[in-house]
Amino acid sequence: MTSTVNNMMNRKVKNMKRTDGRSQTDVRPITAKTGVIKKADGSAYFKIGNTTAYAAVYGPRNLFPRFLQDPKKGILRCNYNMLPFSASDRVRPGPSRRSREISMITEKALLPVLDLDAYPNAVVDVFIELTETDAGSRCAGICAAAMALADAGLIMKDLVAAVSVGKVGNDLVVDLDGVEEHYNENESTDIPVAMIPSTHEITLLQCDGIIAKEELFKAIDMVKPAMQKIAEVQRNALKEKYR
Amino acid sequence: MNEDIKHDLIQSLSKNLRVDLRKNEDLRSIEIETGCVATAEGSARVKFGDTEVIAGVKLAVEKPFPDTPEDAILMVASEMLPLSNPKYEGGPPGVDAIEMARVIDRSFRESRCIETKKLCIQKGEKVWSIAIDIAPLNDDGNLLDVGAFAALLALQNTVFPEYDGTKVLVDKKTTMKLPMVREPITVTVFKIGNAFVVDPTETEQTSFDARMTFAILADDKICSMQKGGDTAIMEEDLDIMLDIAIKTSQELRKKIPR
Repeated sequence: MTSTVNNMMNRKVKNMKRTDGRSQTDVRPITAKTGVIKKADGSAYFKIGNTTAYAAVYGPRNLFPRFLQDPKKGILRCNYNMLPFSASDRVRPGPSRRSREISMITEKALLPVLDLDAYPNAVVDVFIELTETDAGSRCAGICAAAMALADAGLIMKDLVAAVSVGKVGNDLVVDLDGVEEHYNENESTDIPVAMIPSTHEITLLQCDGIIAKEELFKAIDMVKPAMQKIAEVQRNALKEKYR
Repeated sequence: MNEDIKHDLIQSLSKNLRVDLRKNEDLRSIEIETGCVATAEGSARVKFGDTEVIAGVKLAVEKPFPDTPEDAILMVASEMLPLSNPKYEGGPPGVDAIEMARVIDRSFRESRCIETKKLCIQKGEKVWSIAIDIAPLNDDGNLLDVGAFAALLALQNTVFPEYDGTKVLVDKKTTMKLPMVREPITVTVFKIGNAFVVDPTETEQTSFDARMTFAILADDKICSMQKGGDTAIMEEDLDIMLDIAIKTSQELRKKIPR
């Protein structure tokens, strides 16, 4: 980041306003659609600010090779991928350590709302592709994936909503954008959270950066209304398809 | 895991009693040896009970990343060695090994425990690179915490080799240490049934429901977190888990050789 932007950020953050004029608890504008990929069993598009995720669900379908099958229940397999042109530097195609970790935590974030007991030996594949990113891509991917799973007609307890919360300078803010995430040479704290909106159960929680315990719980409280808002957008998008 | 064994385990954990007679929040006995590898610039071997991990640091001079021209390069890698447990197979690191390395990497990076700007030799051209490799020798559970502790001790143990401007003379050691200003301690708290345990053995670890890994600093602040496991947790769970992690980190901090 250039120093001019950094200075601007310093001033903006001190004035308690964010570069794009949002309040501390505002999420970026969201667009959500379902059924965007006709070939898939379920699909969704979720855009928050300039972060855009597509998700497609294939399955439940037979899982091969056979040794990966679980005779007791179906398995969930998520694949998170950033397209090469989705960031300021070209992203090398193919899996990276980062994408493999995010794929794994995405599975863990979605599993608690799914019941795959009815599909022994089967797999539910979720492919998440990011076409453009401006921070919060794993959360956008989870939001899109949850909608795509619902669109595929899988039995779910609830949706999963995800958004990051964090500390930029001395302020707690919801839904960090790229400028905020890199504020003051990455000194901001980024906490991606996924929740089951109806129960506030946490299914994903990560943290990059320093934060005290009291602030962490304040941040989690702050993110709850945002989760409700995201869940509402997700639900509306699911209903929209049948209008 | 066998459901009956899990049932029994949860029963006994609810009475704050573990198979090896520890209490839920007790650590196993800890053994530490630092500087145990002569070929590495820094090294440590750490044992928590039967779990044993060796970590080594190698230093080199490299071209910095274009977006951080003045910062040292930090790399953390780990592999689940087939020697350490029959459940592992050879081949490239699986997702468990990747997660372990990345969570430990974040604990160092986000705590800014190493003053990376002090390791710049020539801006945009030459900086020190710090490669930390973590190798489990015997895996009996809690590999991540043991690995993170070994990696921290290896970093603290690291001594620079001589650098003559063109190459690193690995055989000539100086007395200069890494500029370390903080000590992040990684603690994972496992939720099994309704009980919370730290430092699980392999048997306990195979039946956990959720886990939270925290890296904690001397002032009890968190510098990185990671949730794991197939079940969700409530905010109340997180509160309990964080308190246990802070308490455990204080205990582990006392074990750091001074």
